[in-house]
Amino acid sequence: MRRLDNLHLAFTLLGGTLLLFIVAPLVAVFLRTSAPQLVQTALDPEVRRSIGLTLWTSMAATLLCAVPAIPLAWLLARRRFPLHSLVTGIIDLPIVIPHSAAGIALLGVLARNTPAGGLAAKLGIEFVSHPAGIIVAMAFVSLPFLIHSARTGFQAVPERLERAALNLGASPTRAFLTISLPLARRSILTGLVLMWARGLSEFGAVVIIAYHPTIAPVMIFERFGSYGLRHALPMTALFVLICLLLFVVLRLLAGDRDHVAA
Amino acid sequence: MLRLERLHIRVGGFELRSIDLEVREGDYFVLLGASGSGKTVLLETLAGLHRPVAGRILVDGSDISRDAIQERPMALVYQDQALFPHLSVRRNVAYGLERLRLDRQEKALRLQELERTVGIGALDRRMPATLSGGEAQRVALARALARQPRYLLLDEPLSSLDCGARSGLRRLLRSLHRQGRTLLHVTHDFEEALALASRVAVLESGRIVQTGTPLEVFRHPRSQFVARFVGLRNVFQGRLESCDEGGVTMGRFHVEDHVFSVMTDEAGGPGCLLFRGEDVCLLSERPRAELPNLCHGRVTEVTPARAGLEIGVDIGVEIVALLGDEEANRLRLRPGREVWVSISSAAGRYIAEAP
Repeated sequence: MRRLDNLHLAFTLLGGTLLLFIVAPLVAVFLRTSAPQLVQTALDPEVRRSIGLTLWTSMAATLLCAVPAIPLAWLLARRRFPLHSLVTGIIDLPIVIPHSAAGIALLGVLARNTPAGGLAAKLGIEFVSHPAGIIVAMAFVSLPFLIHSARTGFQAVPERLERAALNLGASPTRAFLTISLPLARRSILTGLVLMWARGLSEFGAVVIIAYHPTIAPVMIFERFGSYGLRHALPMTALFVLICLLLFVVLRLLAGDRDHVAA
Repeated sequence: MLRLERLHIRVGGFELRSIDLEVREGDYFVLLGASGSGKTVLLETLAGLHRPVAGRILVDGSDISRDAIQERPMALVYQDQALFPHLSVRRNVAYGLERLRLDRQEKALRLQELERTVGIGALDRRMPATLSGGEAQRVALARALARQPRYLLLDEPLSSLDCGARSGLRRLLRSLHRQGRTLLHVTHDFEEALALASRVAVLESGRIVQTGTPLEVFRHPRSQFVARFVGLRNVFQGRLESCDEGGVTMGRFHVEDHVFSVMTDEAGGPGCLLFRGEDVCLLSERPRAELPNLCHGRVTEVTPARAGLEIGVDIGVEIVALLGDEEANRLRLRPGREVWVSISSAAGRYIAEAP
């Protein structure tokens, strides 16, 4: 019993240190920013435009990707097909490659002088230095979070429930929409929140493909580079505050409203 | 009529071979098999969840083995019910009605009728997680019946229930059968089959080894496996030596050092000898008259059974006698007591080993 208590204490100390490591820099940002500075920054039209752009582009990236990503997650959870492991590996690629490299790779495909970029331009879609480019860059780096979370959710749905639905006369689509999807919804919502949050914080890939219009992480970097730490802090505090608030609200909505006994 | 012709199923590393089976309209057909014998896989294949490698599933002569799951006239009730945990009882039952495209009023009437049939009217708004095993099984039955299947496939529906719920559900299943429904029920419990089935089939290592009425199978098991499966306790592996005694064909069956006299017209050879516990007669003293298979033994154990007591007796080999309470009390049987044992030669049944 004594040994267990010591173990408990040691683990608590180690965990506490880690939490401090995460919380301390964020707290420091707020401690070094006064309330008037925060209000003044919040009223700055350039800052508001930048934060607004970041929020909606990240949301757009998440919603646009959800349409193909959720069915793909179901396929990965339910079917064994040739090259299954390869597909899983490909989905993980954006996590392992440097994000600036991801930006360069995207630019190599979406610039106007490339076949895809040229075709898009003919259709009136611009990527470089355009919100569409920001959306693509955010989607590229944050997609794995949604797919993995949704896949875990589908894996947790007993397959025999889907079979029971088919046996009761449901089409595969109806079985997916009425059984698999609702039962995996908590994991899917968590994945959506994670993808959106990851998109909000993206810098490396976005800065390559679309320095302008300026998203919040790029603006923070720009202010730090041009004016130093003191000028970057209020914008940082404001953006962190907004992200935290949204993240908490969405996690609450996604996680704790419904408890499904599988 | 549902007919399986030389059905060959392979699921993962598991295989069912040459399954031939006939389920007539209105049958309560029970498929008996030990755990892992492939009963569930067979039901799932009938329901369309697995494709057979070879063979045919015929309904009134039409092959449905390639038909989509939704098109098959069968509804499957899973052992663990597989109720949809996010839907209320009513919505679970209504799920099977969607395909029938009924209007709202018809749907409500049908739901009411189903709930009355299986006795779940009071559970309407409950969620599956709050139901007892028996209630959940009834809801699963109602949900399957909602589809109006021609064949109701039941995967061990009673195995996870307590005694009270089991007897209630048995009554319900019997009543569904009386209403003219055709049920195909798989189980490992022969007593369940005796209580419910009009016909049974026994599955051993992926093959059907015997089919018949429950009493036929119980009284005339065709193999050692079936004999043990239907609960016969006296099953001995040995060798028959046939001989003719005054016009009656008799045999001497050797089990280790013990010899049983048995009436049989089979030729000699390896096989097994079966006899029921009820056919073993126990005596406290050596009888004056000459009795068949008379031998001396010692009681090894006395175990309460559903109909009296099971008495284990060591006569060189261990045999089991089934006695009524009165007779057991009269003989004052207890472990260690010496008794005389007699078994009628006509009671024993010899089954030759398959070549």
